[in-house]
Amino acid sequence: MQIESRHAGRCYGDRWAIRDISLVVPAREPLLLLGPSGGGKSTLLRLLAGLEIPQEGQILVDGKPLSPNESDLRIHRRRLGFVFQDGNLFPHLNAQENITLPLIRAHGFSRADAIARAHTLFERFQLLTHSNNRPAELSGGQRQRVALARAMGHDPEILILDEPTSALDPEMTGEVIDALETIRNEGKTLVLATHATGFARHLGGQVAFLQDHHLTWTGPTRGFFEAPPTEGARAYLSRIQRE
Amino acid sequence: MNPTRTHPLFPVLSFLFVLTLLGGFLALSFSSLHWEWHWDSVWAYREKFLRGWLSTLLLSGATLALSLPLGLALTLGRLKGWLPVRQLCTLIVELIRGTPLLVQILVLFYIVGSALGLENRFFAGILILSLFEAAYFSEIFRGAWLSIPQSTLTSARAIGLTPRDTFTQVITPLALRNCLPPLASQTASLIKDSSLLSIIAVTELTHVAQEINAFTYSTLESYLPLAFAYLLLTAPLSFLTRRWEKSLAYAN
Repeated sequence: MQIESRHAGRCYGDRWAIRDISLVVPAREPLLLLGPSGGGKSTLLRLLAGLEIPQEGQILVDGKPLSPNESDLRIHRRRLGFVFQDGNLFPHLNAQENITLPLIRAHGFSRADAIARAHTLFERFQLLTHSNNRPAELSGGQRQRVALARAMGHDPEILILDEPTSALDPEMTGEVIDALETIRNEGKTLVLATHATGFARHLGGQVAFLQDHHLTWTGPTRGFFEAPPTEGARAYLSRIQRE
Repeated sequence: MNPTRTHPLFPVLSFLFVLTLLGGFLALSFSSLHWEWHWDSVWAYREKFLRGWLSTLLLSGATLALSLPLGLALTLGRLKGWLPVRQLCTLIVELIRGTPLLVQILVLFYIVGSALGLENRFFAGILILSLFEAAYFSEIFRGAWLSIPQSTLTSARAIGLTPRDTFTQVITPLALRNCLPPLASQTASLIKDSSLLSIIAVTELTHVAQEINAFTYSTLESYLPLAFAYLLLTAPLSFLTRRWEKSLAYAN
């Protein structure tokens, strides 16, 4: 599966959140969206994930333009995994039900198969003892790992993550980063907006740097950190590392 | 958390005290009335009274069964409908909520009802009351629906749920919990609202009490049991809802 943004732009009211963004999500390699808050990272992720449609340009999936039709978008979304900043688990369902709901309703699993799949995922993300807990009874790190497990349930090729660790304290961030590393090592493509630069550097892959609603640089992660390519990137990194 | 510990009997004693206080106040008021009680004359009509009570029960039950889906339909129409449907539903709800039930009963029964040839008063009463309660239920459903965070709905889209699954698996269970308390209080209102159907001579509890009063001239003896009979229907309702609420409870 290949996703590409071609001159994509999206505005809210009369304000452009992003404009003229062209990039290809590399296969089996992390793509890191970096840049100051409010620069348009979340909007780009939502466009790539088919949660919103661009008003300018287009999103291409395997070379074909993504149709703005809601049922086509739903098919696209079902091929991906999406993880939100604060997990966005369903508060009325326990951890296991949060995983099995999309498997049963969106991916045609039988109940028994869905439960078996949830069990495997919980084992992998060290959540077995929490499967009956509701989100409110879990820590932030546990919630985020359940959200990861939910996004991984149907074994998508591409996982899109919108600042998955920024609502967590350092210890919990570690738990989630370990889980993400496992996922990367399985050959999944991660598309990740993050401010955790240490982790980003460690993940490698490609960087797309967004500033003031535009894509100002793309290139290898290593090069980005070793020799920040633009004035904006230098300023951003020194600000982040000071924190 | 309150760190002070209270004796386990304290709530019971406190409740008895409040009850005595309230009862004493009422007893004092009644004793200053110098009313001569004639329970015997009313007692003769006990079977009629019981039939009225059962009739109110049936009337309220049927109205509840009809107005809940109707209220839901109005909510769906207002939130998801095509523009004319949205306007129609909003207009109906605002008209009903903005005018007295008494007027609605008279207009709907004597004008609309006659035009449609609807003559069964009991049946017409259920229809009119259902429409009235549906407008209020619709407001409750709408509020509960709109209180669901946008992030939860986005999450449902992100995992690829269809709008129908989002409605049944996410919106309904979350909204249900939000709307239980107002729903219970509206249902209690519904039971009491049914008393207004007495003006089109539906033989329900209030109408029966009015008749008994007319036969016996024992006003208080007719109306006090009436109040108690309504309380008998509404009190278990609040009790049951509180238990139901607890079973659905979870921290947000």
